[in-house]
Amino acid sequence: MARTAANGNLKPHLNQNGLKREDIKRNGYHNKREKDCPGTGVASRQHKQECFEQAPMYVAVMTYLGFGIVTLFGYFRDFLRAVGIEKCHLAQERQEQKDFVPLYQDFENFYTRNLYMRVRDNWNRPICSLPGPVFDVMERVSDDYNWTFRFTGKTLHNVINMGSYNYLGFAENNTDFLKTVADKISQYGVGVCSTRQEIGNLGIHEELEQLVATFLGVESSMTFGMGFATNSMNIPALVGKGCLILSDEVNHTSLILGARLSGATIRVFKHNNMHSLEKLLREAVCSGQPRTHRPWKKILIMVEGIYSMEGSLVRLPEIITLKKKYKAYLFLDEAHSIGAVGPTGRGVTELFNVNPVDVDVMMGTFTKSFGAAGGYIAGKKELVDYLRCQSHSAVYATSLSPPVTEQIIRAMKCIMGNNGSTEGIRRIRQLAENTRYFRARLKEMGFIIYGHEDSPVVPILLYMPGKVVAFAREMLERRIGVVVVGFPATPISEARARFCLSAAHTREMLNKVLHHLNEVGDLLCLKFSRRKHSSRPGLHDETELELSS
Amino acid sequence: MASGQQWVLVEMVQAFYEAPAYHLILEGILILWIIRLLFSKTYRLHETYKLTEKEKEDLIEEWQPEPLVPPVSKDHPSLNYDVVTGPPSHKIIINGKECINFASFNFLGLLDNERVKEKALASLKKYGVGTCGPRGFYGTFDVHLELESRLANFMKTEEAIIYSYGFATIASAIPAYSKRGDLIFVDEAACFSIQKGLQASRSFIKYFKHNDMEDLERLLKEQELEDHKNPRKARVTRKFIVVEGLYINTADICPLPQLVKLKYKYKVRIFLEESMSFGVLGEHGRGVTEHFGVNIDDIDLISANMENAVASIGGFCCGRSFVIDHQRLSGQGYCFSASLPPMLAAAAIEALNIMEEDPDIFSVLREKCKHVYNALQGTPGLKIVGVQCAPALHLQLERSSGSRDSDMQLLRSIVEYCMERGVALTLARYLEKEERFLPSPSVRVVVTIEHTEEDIQKAVSCVQEAASALLK
Repeated sequence: MARTAANGNLKPHLNQNGLKREDIKRNGYHNKREKDCPGTGVASRQHKQECFEQAPMYVAVMTYLGFGIVTLFGYFRDFLRAVGIEKCHLAQERQEQKDFVPLYQDFENFYTRNLYMRVRDNWNRPICSLPGPVFDVMERVSDDYNWTFRFTGKTLHNVINMGSYNYLGFAENNTDFLKTVADKISQYGVGVCSTRQEIGNLGIHEELEQLVATFLGVESSMTFGMGFATNSMNIPALVGKGCLILSDEVNHTSLILGARLSGATIRVFKHNNMHSLEKLLREAVCSGQPRTHRPWKKILIMVEGIYSMEGSLVRLPEIITLKKKYKAYLFLDEAHSIGAVGPTGRGVTELFNVNPVDVDVMMGTFTKSFGAAGGYIAGKKELVDYLRCQSHSAVYATSLSPPVTEQIIRAMKCIMGNNGSTEGIRRIRQLAENTRYFRARLKEMGFIIYGHEDSPVVPILLYMPGKVVAFAREMLERRIGVVVVGFPATPISEARARFCLSAAHTREMLNKVLHHLNEVGDLLCLKFSRRKHSSRPGLHDETELELSS
Repeated sequence: MASGQQWVLVEMVQAFYEAPAYHLILEGILILWIIRLLFSKTYRLHETYKLTEKEKEDLIEEWQPEPLVPPVSKDHPSLNYDVVTGPPSHKIIINGKECINFASFNFLGLLDNERVKEKALASLKKYGVGTCGPRGFYGTFDVHLELESRLANFMKTEEAIIYSYGFATIASAIPAYSKRGDLIFVDEAACFSIQKGLQASRSFIKYFKHNDMEDLERLLKEQELEDHKNPRKARVTRKFIVVEGLYINTADICPLPQLVKLKYKYKVRIFLEESMSFGVLGEHGRGVTEHFGVNIDDIDLISANMENAVASIGGFCCGRSFVIDHQRLSGQGYCFSASLPPMLAAAAIEALNIMEEDPDIFSVLREKCKHVYNALQGTPGLKIVGVQCAPALHLQLERSSGSRDSDMQLLRSIVEYCMERGVALTLARYLEKEERFLPSPSVRVVVTIEHTEEDIQKAVSCVQEAASALLK
């Protein structure tokens, strides 16, 4: 457990009124009150809509107790394995290579062997239909406590899908809608077999790039074959040694990898905390590079539109003000927010009424709201021209597959309402409505949820490891597919279930999900919120029950 | 007990009276010092000077950052891409002109194979386009599992894992195993994705001269001496050799049997990158291990992308379960990225079907490569870089003019000459400032199984004409 336990208790003391007062730090104890501050000023109004309630103290205690017990069990079982009483199911190194330096340190895999293995049936669940609002999950059972799985051959049909990033419902297989994509497969095949700079630059790539630029309201854009790789291959082209990157605490791995590969200095500011960011900016501009005190070549602020684990929105207007004051550059990763927020689906710039020209680098992916694959970077013409020459992807990596490109084009045209169709606007409105309804009902029921009111990513806090697992399994039995995340993707004491709403979800589906959530919430005592009328849940220790399985 | 405690207290007080004066004074000073330290403010060494607010405001005013990107001149050679209208298959329409395609890595001609397209269409009807999620969160489809087991069967290994992008495959695989403090021996001609994987791993990198086993052995011997000096450290330092089967930059093959010997002699693991050799070398297309007859279990990890011979998108790693399973939790490009769209996976499965049904295509391809190689020998002013069975050759200038830019321009003029006459070639592209060992400028000539005798004849004569006309 690499993450420090101390951090878990303090997070997230988010300062809602970031620009105006100092952080309140309390050593060691939970602040039992909520962190919903009455803000003053226009910017804070947004953050009345964001809330990150703290759970009662006993929850944290139980969580750590649960982890502690499972860790002890883990040591015990390692001991049994070493002594030989328990069979070791792990794959072993070859006989011929036994005297090589071990490929994995024992401790590295402690977490995998002893914690993850017991409960890993909740992840990597294979499906055999399209990832729409309902899907078919392949049933798999384990005869040896999750070391190996076998498929029974049966499928669970029509499981409600609350886990796929299908915000606007473009994961569909309607033959009419997909006609142009099918045509492209017949015409082009699926591969490209070359890079953009050599002979892989197809006419439809250029068409897509112009469409993306029009969609976002910027001068020009460039597309890439993989969303993850868009970040990891282009950030090194933009910044290098002698530059400073200010990155949000909970940024995605691709942003962190891109920042590391660039060789620039990285400093982290607290999640969505403008005060922390301003402090770092001031210090950077005044003190310059560490030790030599030369001025920084560039400062790049990296933020995301919607943070996928927290469900929170970036505080865009305030960041733009800061960036203009300190002459920094802004890199906005709209992987989840493009298409999903904003009255016409243009993302956080539209939601906050910010001119897209103010954002220096707009990045996004096509995997989520457009139901395809790939990523883009958009901005001024100079930026995109430079990337055409210097991006690692343009020189060494294959370009987008033609049918995937066509899918993005048709989805984008649908959202933009070409040919006067209102399908796109209908989907966006449906998504917004679903989001509000779902979040309001969850709050009523008494769950703790994080994030902004408008964000279609809804994390429900579960905290205790046993409950996380029980929740996922219970929901699958009720034919609802949910995604649960724990350590290390989230802080150790804040495991959660993350719901991704879709425009394709109907009201009945949402009601069914809410009904089952209510039942499971009562069953597992997950209604930790102390806000409205929900009574305080009793002290049930679910952890003991789960361990015996 | 109370009496015992009292007794101790009396002893203490007595000791206090009996102690020498200097002792008491010293203790008193120490106590005062401790109290002072407890109450003094801590300060960081480098903040011993403080700027006033006014100074800070001035600094903020004055500071001018560099522009986000340096300006790019309008006639930068990499700025204007060649536009391909229509599919990049055997006959390609590039910049409006129809040419025979000698530039796409479509080695087995599967790009416009009807069976592959049919399977992709069927998959589209069933699954739609995207998977809308990473593998861990309902992004695992039965197609992915089938593709992984088919690849493992094809390569005769225990397990395979697929990635959604070819570049990200080896770039995520290397840092999953090799961490800070580990040691990697890499060939100088390694491709860019390997270099990025090495950079992400933060390990010690040692380069050995291209295909030079003596240089590698020398480095390994030096490391062995180091290990003797510090056996404790050596026991936890993992060592890897990363090589490519068929190098993309130099079009030659790595000496795999000698590498395996070195592996066992010096206890180093081998990672083999087979993007260019998968589906090309070997009797059944299994790559360089089959080509040399090396036992595939001797190679710890084989990584390849499916964007060349397989004509799909994505990449895979295969090997023993002990090695491959680790990437399912620690391969960044696997865990944190959406999975491969099912129709691309279905296309790859069908391509594997075709490769398994008809193993003759590999020898036919190699025959054609040999033919082109021999035909291009003796081109005036150009020399071939590569081996006979490599499908992607490089043509470099025999005598460089001294400046890379003018070399590139010369080669570009040759490419354009050929394009005007209906033969599509391309310049091999590199990022000049990022490559560690920048290869010389060259023209890439790719041979596919669809090239007929006349096509090859035409291309060769085109190149020879271009060379004699433009290279004096």
